[in-house]
Amino acid sequence: MATKSLKKLGSDLAQSNRQLEILSNGIFKNGELPTFKDKISKTNQFPLKAKKLEILQINVGYMCNQVCDHCHVDAGPDRKEIMTRDTMKQCLEVIKKSGAHTLDLTGGAPEMNPDFRWFVEEAAKVGIKDFIVRSNLTIIRANKKYHDLPEFFEKHKVHVISSMPHWTKGKTDKQRGDGVFDKSIKALQDLNAIGYGMPGNNLKLDLVYNPSGAFLPGDQTALEKDFKKALLEDFGIQFHNLFAITNLPIARFLDYLIASENYEDYMYSLVEAYNPAAVSNVMCTNTLSISWDGYLFDCDFNQMLELPVNSKSKHISEYNEELLEGRDIVISQHCYGCTAGAGSSCQGNII
Amino acid sequence: MQKTYYDPADLKKFGKISEWNEELGSKFFDYYNSVFKEGKLSEREKSLIALAVAHTIQCPYCIDAYTGDGLQRGITKEEMIEALHVAAAIRGGASLVHGVQMMNKVNKLDG
Repeated sequence: MATKSLKKLGSDLAQSNRQLEILSNGIFKNGELPTFKDKISKTNQFPLKAKKLEILQINVGYMCNQVCDHCHVDAGPDRKEIMTRDTMKQCLEVIKKSGAHTLDLTGGAPEMNPDFRWFVEEAAKVGIKDFIVRSNLTIIRANKKYHDLPEFFEKHKVHVISSMPHWTKGKTDKQRGDGVFDKSIKALQDLNAIGYGMPGNNLKLDLVYNPSGAFLPGDQTALEKDFKKALLEDFGIQFHNLFAITNLPIARFLDYLIASENYEDYMYSLVEAYNPAAVSNVMCTNTLSISWDGYLFDCDFNQMLELPVNSKSKHISEYNEELLEGRDIVISQHCYGCTAGAGSSCQGNII
Repeated sequence: MQKTYYDPADLKKFGKISEWNEELGSKFFDYYNSVFKEGKLSEREKSLIALAVAHTIQCPYCIDAYTGDGLQRGITKEEMIEALHVAAAIRGGASLVHGVQMMNKVNKLDG
């Protein structure tokens, strides 16, 4: 189990250009597998174009209380990249004038940003339709100062989306660290206690499932059924929807794939599962990702690979939604992760 | 000529079997796909049965395929090994139950 980020360890793979090199060389360079560009060109879907903006996803920092094996952010307690209140103020201006119906806060553990509560209070005033906070659950139990987060979320009608790799302790702790399962269960019970995730309740609680190893997620509906049955029977826990998300071959998951000699087979599975129908709905076409320092990206994955938007509007200080609409999406081979099977996005399947 | 009888890469080529006989190949894969759809048994239960059978018939392609399928469905290794012990018990039992025939023969010839 990792205890430090790749960045802290000084790993080669902490460098985004090294990751991009790996994703473009080997099986993709020698023609064994088609590049993502070639693949989508065959169905006349290149270049991928951004449509009308629907989701603003803001990454408020890479600091996290956990060091999960497969984290695409390479997040951890040692990451110091944190959004400042000044940048948050600029984000608020963007949120106010944006046509997006969803605001999605992510990290790291977004709650660890010292200005997190202030930002949520201010952003909630804007009255955006769906206000999401991606919470890793354990943060709620990590320290006394976070114990009241469920009530805080409730007060601001925040939609909570949480990671849960499995309904068993063994598989969850293997991916996310010892003790994560028990803490997550307690946090889910706390959320349920005030109404989150309960049938018919407007306090939305969804779970994100991503596989614990070098395999793709199975059918989202079937997994949701199994999760619901097991969590209810074993712990009396309820939630609304399960989103099955494919692990993208970047950062720590890429490191894991290479170290376990699964990289090539995994890329084969992604390419084999390629579904052209998923391409037209990939999240980068209706989402914009803002980094802790205010730069704009097509998605959180491109943010981690430091692939900025292909637009003159590159930073929130020069935000221009009209200019951003219709931009060409920046792609590489990691994009196969979002087009495999029923497709994958931060909101789960896309077809 | 290839040096081993089994190549993991061949599993991906299974569908090509139809190229040499489209009609029978298609019928087989239609049947195959229908078998694994949810019926009175769930897809999950069918996947575990397939895994156990795969080990019984010792088909390396099937073992690869249904271990991966199980992981995708969230089947745990504890469930997988239980399914395998069912296969092993039946397989071992099948040998042992023939011991009755042995006992009958011994009793008859030398009883």
